[in-house]
Amino acid sequence: MTAFILRRSLQSIVVLFIMSLIVFVGVNLVGDPVDMLINPEADQAEIDRVIRDLGLDRPVSEQYWYFVLNAFQGDLGRSFIFGEPALKLIVQRMPATMELALVSLLMAVVFGIPLGIYAGLKPTSKISKTIMAGSILGFSMPTFWVGIILIMFFSVHLGWLPSTGRGDVATYFGVTSSAFTLDGLSHIFLPAFNLALFKLSSVIRLARAGTREVILQDYIKFARAKGLAESRVVRIHLLKNIMIPVITIIGLEFGSLIAFSTVTETVFAWPGMGKLIIDSIYNLDRPVVVAYLMIIVVIFVMLNLIVDILYSVLDPRVRIKGVS
Amino acid sequence: MGASANKQSFDLPASGLRKFWLDFSESPTAVIALFVFLTILFIAIFAPWVSPSNPYDLTSVDIMNSRLPPGSEDFSGNFYILGTDGAGRDMLSAIFYGLRVSLGVGALSGLVALILGASIGLSAAYFGGRFETIMMRIVDIQLSFPSILMALIILAAFGKGVEKTIIALILVQWAYYARAARASALVEKNKEYVEAAHCLALGNRRIILSHIAPNCMAPLIVVGTLQTAHAISLEATLSFLGLGLPITEPSLGLLIGNGFEYMYSGDFWISIFPGVALLITIVSINLVGDQLRDMFNPRLQK
Amino acid sequence: MKISRFLMTSFAAIGLSISANAADLRVGLKSEPSSIDPHYHNLGPNNGFATHIFGTLVGSDENQQHYPDLAVSWKPINDTTWEFKLRKGVKWHDGSAFSADDVMFTVERAQNVPNSPSSFVTYLKGKTFKKIDSHTIHVVTAKPYPLMPNDLSTVKIISAKAGNGASTEDYNSGKATVGTGPYKFVEWVPGDRIVLERNASYHGAKAAFDKVTFKPIKAGPARISALLAGDVDFIDNVPPLDVARLKTEENVQLSSGPSNRVIYLHMDQFRENSPHITAKDGSPIKNPLMDVRVRKAISLSINRDAIVSRVMEGIAVKAGQLLPAGFHGVSENMKPDPYDTKMAKKLMAEAGYPDGFKMTIHGPNDRYINDAKIAEALAQMLNRVGIDASVETMPKAVYFKRASRGGPNKSPEFSFMLLGWGAGSGEASSPLKALLHTYDKAKGMGAANRGRHTDAKVDALIQKALATVDADARGKLLAEATEKAVGENYGVIPMHYQVNTWAAKKGYSYLPRTDERTIVTGLSKN
Repeated sequence: MTAFILRRSLQSIVVLFIMSLIVFVGVNLVGDPVDMLINPEADQAEIDRVIRDLGLDRPVSEQYWYFVLNAFQGDLGRSFIFGEPALKLIVQRMPATMELALVSLLMAVVFGIPLGIYAGLKPTSKISKTIMAGSILGFSMPTFWVGIILIMFFSVHLGWLPSTGRGDVATYFGVTSSAFTLDGLSHIFLPAFNLALFKLSSVIRLARAGTREVILQDYIKFARAKGLAESRVVRIHLLKNIMIPVITIIGLEFGSLIAFSTVTETVFAWPGMGKLIIDSIYNLDRPVVVAYLMIIVVIFVMLNLIVDILYSVLDPRVRIKGVS
Repeated sequence: MGASANKQSFDLPASGLRKFWLDFSESPTAVIALFVFLTILFIAIFAPWVSPSNPYDLTSVDIMNSRLPPGSEDFSGNFYILGTDGAGRDMLSAIFYGLRVSLGVGALSGLVALILGASIGLSAAYFGGRFETIMMRIVDIQLSFPSILMALIILAAFGKGVEKTIIALILVQWAYYARAARASALVEKNKEYVEAAHCLALGNRRIILSHIAPNCMAPLIVVGTLQTAHAISLEATLSFLGLGLPITEPSLGLLIGNGFEYMYSGDFWISIFPGVALLITIVSINLVGDQLRDMFNPRLQK
Repeated sequence: MKISRFLMTSFAAIGLSISANAADLRVGLKSEPSSIDPHYHNLGPNNGFATHIFGTLVGSDENQQHYPDLAVSWKPINDTTWEFKLRKGVKWHDGSAFSADDVMFTVERAQNVPNSPSSFVTYLKGKTFKKIDSHTIHVVTAKPYPLMPNDLSTVKIISAKAGNGASTEDYNSGKATVGTGPYKFVEWVPGDRIVLERNASYHGAKAAFDKVTFKPIKAGPARISALLAGDVDFIDNVPPLDVARLKTEENVQLSSGPSNRVIYLHMDQFRENSPHITAKDGSPIKNPLMDVRVRKAISLSINRDAIVSRVMEGIAVKAGQLLPAGFHGVSENMKPDPYDTKMAKKLMAEAGYPDGFKMTIHGPNDRYINDAKIAEALAQMLNRVGIDASVETMPKAVYFKRASRGGPNKSPEFSFMLLGWGAGSGEASSPLKALLHTYDKAKGMGAANRGRHTDAKVDALIQKALATVDADARGKLLAEATEKAVGENYGVIPMHYQVNTWAAKKGYSYLPRTDERTIVTGLSKN
């Protein structure tokens, strides 16, 4: 077991290195941030000073070396645009993104699982067909477009919900979040729903597929034969057995939510990491782009590691065979 | 619909077009979706001939015709059934050309990803050992990252542009094909006909290409349809964010993005219609892929 | 408070706009400042925002005219020395008194900000500052420097006491953010909001609002919907497209005014083989843009009225030179070229290009209002006179680098460029010097002269103007230089001046600024 974890961790570090190399080298080949930042009326001495200050005159390999060195000390570079450490900028915005992703996940699960189970139990009913059709739609509509429509309808037309930004925050049990205030909830609802829609479809389909498979299994037939009430059959036997694949997928979906929040944050002006990265790509704020991608990769690698470990704990076959 | 009660095994889909059609048409929705998709494909391929005008011919487009609502006519008598956009281009034509770009990019990247991924997956399954382990690890790692992130990394690193977007889409998708191909090849590998081919001392390449590959097509086709829809959607998102294709020949995503700002002043058609076209395209492909997947899933056989 | 805010959002749609506290203001900004440190980055949003907190020696009003801020008077006491008399009785936000020491500290510090992407050195170097007494400063230059007040209107004065040893991060967190302006800094949550509160001891007109919250909302449609939904009370950068619709909204009031920014075209005038120009069949051709008749023909083939009305929705003013009327150094004799395709074709034939040629127009797609659309419209118009024009636009991050240095030997890469220039100094020497003076890297001349226009007479006029202290004489020289460089030589082709639009909830109007900045002191109840 420990060998397994160790091996996976090592692989994760290798992945990190390779990603950092790709991103760093690539980002440094595109455009020139100096033109973006400097006052066009500046003379050559000023331009030279900026290039020197930002370290752009050193060869790329040297820049990468310093990057790695500093990264080990927790310094992921300094934003060209903001002048502040890139890591600090990202960490400042992380709570907003995490909050959005968590609320979305909650929405997707709370609505998706019951709907999916229903569709799986009664596949031919009209409601089920509607659910499935809806899920295909949710799956197919590009997030940004749905976001635009949501804003137009609920904010501008009906005026029920605010269209941009994050609401007031409150702190409970040491956790500060805008989801704890009514104002915050009104701000988070639309973007979270937008983000959740995509995942909702996946959860519904997963739950449905799982239900359809499990319902054919013998132990369900046995439980029914025993005369157990259908609701008990569903709640105890069905639910537990579809949860394993659903939960592991959801764990991975969480990471995907964080990634897709880049789009939702842009449309709703939600002050999270995703918006920062899009802006930084545009502005060629390389340190921030590299730092963000590194952090995301770390998050993902950790998520995957956790899921892998969970899998091996839950599924003895993996553990015993020692599949790498 | 006369569904045949005696269904045989499904690992050889190519064995009867008729049977394929019977199973496929069990779902009327999928059939409709298929026809819709074929229509869209036709439009996309023959766009220059089917469109009322060439929206990118600068000598015929006139800024004075910009933002005409659907159903209007301009001074020269041209009829704009879906209206015009901010530069005076006919929306219907722009959508047709946009479909071309969207489908083209989606299909091209899908095809290359298929070939690349399938080759890797098949070889990995066939040769096994270290090679397989390493390749599949890479596949797993890549699949654990969401597609948009991979695309962002690639585009942030290497810049924007048509080729780069296609490359990004290929790199995002190949892993799905690789995994599907390997899974299916693993099953085939142990079958008797492969053993027989070995006995005949046929070369490895021949065995893989001529014997195993055709039998793995089914799952690959399923993955292919779903991935193509995904690629089209991803490209639209990237274009909307301004990171995808350049404006010279816009895809549907770019048309939607460009039209976004017009929505508030009431010129909804510039963004909505391309959005609807995109939606129909993706939904139809997904419906077809869904039905294919249900057809080939052995665990759903009653 | 939180519940009522939720309800308010609903009410706003029915046309009632109830604000929680009438003396609070919420502003939706397109561009968030990248730092609160006023010397960190010489960038429009940073400079505009800093005006709320900090003062300058010389103030610049909505027409970029000077008025006394921290200096009550200034004049040249000899050819190379300007004297500034400072205002007495001004208090810093922390209560200490303002004096010449603060100015001396500022001037030193502003030129030494670590990691500054674009600093204020440009405005301060070559100037020697001398403290004469607690409220008098002399600034000495090697040669006569008539634009001294313009330069000193840009550098925000910081407190020697609070700013001692302070870094950019200290300004961002508020630790060192002590100014003399109408508002005091409260907090900055990057990406989310910046909060200011009224400075009760401000030396000028009392600030209208108790509390101001700036919310960065980059996307135009999102900003507008925030205003309509009542999430903010005032927004900037209303896209021209939405102006017509907002005019019909009862609870919204619009304010617009021309800016100091001209949208113009630079043309390759120095290479016989221009990289993006060929004959119609693709074969190489002698660069037609080197002939002034071709340049004039192009100017005549641009339907400026159509661009203003269709592309800019009427929210622009067509241009015949580099700055609109009312700015210093503008010529009375120049008018925008008419739309005359017949004459254009005639001139092209005369110049030896009766069949036209093929050319690519390059431009940015995220820098100027509707830039990509302007380029597209332009291509259409050129096609009508026989120029087979195509368009390539790209994000500003890539565009400007390539436009300035992307070609072989770091020369400009493009042949025909859509660009804009905002005269930061509020007068004509700024565009003339940067766009039309012969390119001279060492002297900092022609820094943005990407077409490499060159004319010794124009250079002489510009240089003379820059050394002429008498305002009238200088104005005449600048006008003459413009007439020659633009009117005769077509060194650049001016298209239109940008017009900026702000929108506020009913009852408030904004005094539009030519420097395009959003400063809430310009917002007043009507």
